[in-house]
Amino acid sequence: MTRLSLWLSVALPLMATPAMAEEIWVTNEKDDTISVIDVATLEVTRPIPVGERPRGITFSKDFSRVYICASDSDAVQVMDPESGEILHDLPSGEDPEQFVLHPDDRHLYIANEDDAVTTVVDTETRTVVAQINVGIEPEGMGVSPDGKIVVTTSETTNMAHWIDTATNKIFANTLVDSRPRHAEFTKLTNELWVSAEIGGTVSVFDAATQGEKAKIRFEIPGVNADLIQPVGFEFTPDEKIAFVALGPSNHVAVVNAETYAVEGYILTGRRVWHMAFSADHSLLFTTNGVSGDVTVIDVASRSALKSIKVGRFPWGAALRP
Amino acid sequence: MRKLCAAAVRLAPAIAVALAAAPSLAADLPIAIAYLRAEVDHPPVLSNLDPIPEDLGFAGAEIALEDTRTTGQFLGHAYSLTLVSVAPGGDLAAGAREALAAAQLVLVEGDAAQILAVTDMPEARGALFFNVASGAANLRSADCRANLLHTLPEDAARADALMQVLLDKQWTDLAMITGPKPEDAAFAATLRASATKFGMEIAAEKAWTFDTDLRESTMQEVPRFTQDLPDHDVLLIADPTDDFGRYVLHNTWSPRPVAGTEGMRPEAWAPVIEAWGAVQLQNRFEDHAGRNMRSRDYAAWAAVRAIGEAVTRTGSADPATLRTYMLGPDFTLDGFKGRALSFRTWNGQLRQPIAVVNDRALVTLAPLPAFLHQRNEMDSLGLDQPESACTEFAR
Repeated sequence: MTRLSLWLSVALPLMATPAMAEEIWVTNEKDDTISVIDVATLEVTRPIPVGERPRGITFSKDFSRVYICASDSDAVQVMDPESGEILHDLPSGEDPEQFVLHPDDRHLYIANEDDAVTTVVDTETRTVVAQINVGIEPEGMGVSPDGKIVVTTSETTNMAHWIDTATNKIFANTLVDSRPRHAEFTKLTNELWVSAEIGGTVSVFDAATQGEKAKIRFEIPGVNADLIQPVGFEFTPDEKIAFVALGPSNHVAVVNAETYAVEGYILTGRRVWHMAFSADHSLLFTTNGVSGDVTVIDVASRSALKSIKVGRFPWGAALRP
Repeated sequence: MRKLCAAAVRLAPAIAVALAAAPSLAADLPIAIAYLRAEVDHPPVLSNLDPIPEDLGFAGAEIALEDTRTTGQFLGHAYSLTLVSVAPGGDLAAGAREALAAAQLVLVEGDAAQILAVTDMPEARGALFFNVASGAANLRSADCRANLLHTLPEDAARADALMQVLLDKQWTDLAMITGPKPEDAAFAATLRASATKFGMEIAAEKAWTFDTDLRESTMQEVPRFTQDLPDHDVLLIADPTDDFGRYVLHNTWSPRPVAGTEGMRPEAWAPVIEAWGAVQLQNRFEDHAGRNMRSRDYAAWAAVRAIGEAVTRTGSADPATLRTYMLGPDFTLDGFKGRALSFRTWNGQLRQPIAVVNDRALVTLAPLPAFLHQRNEMDSLGLDQPESACTEFAR
């Protein structure tokens, strides 16, 4: 470990300088590292040591900063992605699991899993702006494209909590199926999608009324229904297709986001969790927690191209173009 | 707890908005739950290293109540929990009447005969009971009751989980030591039946007959006691009251692993479960109870969570409505064991994975992938539909 960090501190700046290559950064929950995948070669170029139990990861708008939820360090770490150096920790509340960066590029909304609160942090002043009481085990975090609404989902309370970002108060609570994990707003259709891991569904809400518009269900031949557990998902830029990670069923579903029909399933590594697109959206990288690898999916042909070995329990993924 | 109360106060405006947005939900629907406990005088055991916690079971109901109340706050559902504890040899019927006066949703802790005595009372007809303490097979078969669901897995399901692991590892030559108590013999019979179910046989058995304090002579006595067993892959221990098993481990004549109630054990819940979000539940439980969560705690937790889930989805506190929903196809419970839990429609048993553990780690979670089932792989554990003689359920 000491030798590794020594090696990293010497070698990293040298390696990082010419590396303007497009990369996917993957947090390894049980290794306290980030694995960096070069999108051109589909190889891991380097590990970066971070705080304990890294999970959520997101870049600032200009990619000059990367934010990492170091859950067991009770901190959100801010890293210079060029050097791999931790610049400072943000006060995050206890056990930050997942977060979303507000479109203002300044405020992080953080789900504190062990504490049943959502913490709002100003990344410039490095202060906590607000703490909002939500349900038990908050996890999924979504922000509306106009930045007016943030949604926290709580895994044990089984709800989406709608937060008005002007007041940082909850203005609505909507029931979803068991163990909601991930939330995303659409830009074009003004919808909120929420995945429910144990319920096995994705709920689609009209963001204007908070009313439920649709519920997407999945069925994979030869796989028991109780193993089909939706977690992370991403939309194509035209928002016509959503890719939904289905956990221990080891598949990603391809969902038509206009008709809500499932068009197919792509086999991945074991316990597929979260994902990130390449810059041109031609490739999709999924984290597979149990097999400790990343599946690279060719978006056009909807098929898996390659598995890339990363650290133990890969969790989050983010693009650095 | 303090944090939760604060949360409740501060959430009040949010609730009002939610309710205004959903007028179909009745405000402040009360959901009363009772926990009826038939206390027992635990028999003396050789070691006092692991005392049985006084709040075993009930602490699980309490933590589930806190979890469930958060959803209830947002929906206008007010949950309450009443403990009625009847002293050993006390008037259980009077206790049951007290519990039923407080609530029609009752978690019940006792042995099979005590549970049946309660569920068969005339006052109990419209109530819904949850067995959180007895793994007896008869409650899930010939002696099942329509008003009784089970959140603790039956002993046979635990035995099946262990046998799946042994078969998967090809550790199929088995020997067994059984204690002198009736419950020891019952668990030994369950292990025997389960071995047969999976095509194995317990080739040799010995009865534990020591009546001396072995604690300072285990290394002399136990090797001699196990020396005449024929060669085996695994030594099973049937000692459900935790009397002597701990002194067999690492004291056997042959260097063989120990399993059953000691060593590698099948459990509904254990502190070593950490995946599937379980760490969060373990943390909440430890903060609340100041100790690790055990199987009976888990069964009580699951019962209250099942009630909460059914109330949340139906908006009703009526036992019959809740029972129908729980036994229906839409009911799923997040049990922190990686699969959605549901109730078996033929006997009211909560279908759930079984953790096969040692003191330090999860060995694996059964059902194992090789054991397939036409309906649900979890039904490879315990009494499957054709094996249950229960006729009280519509099926």
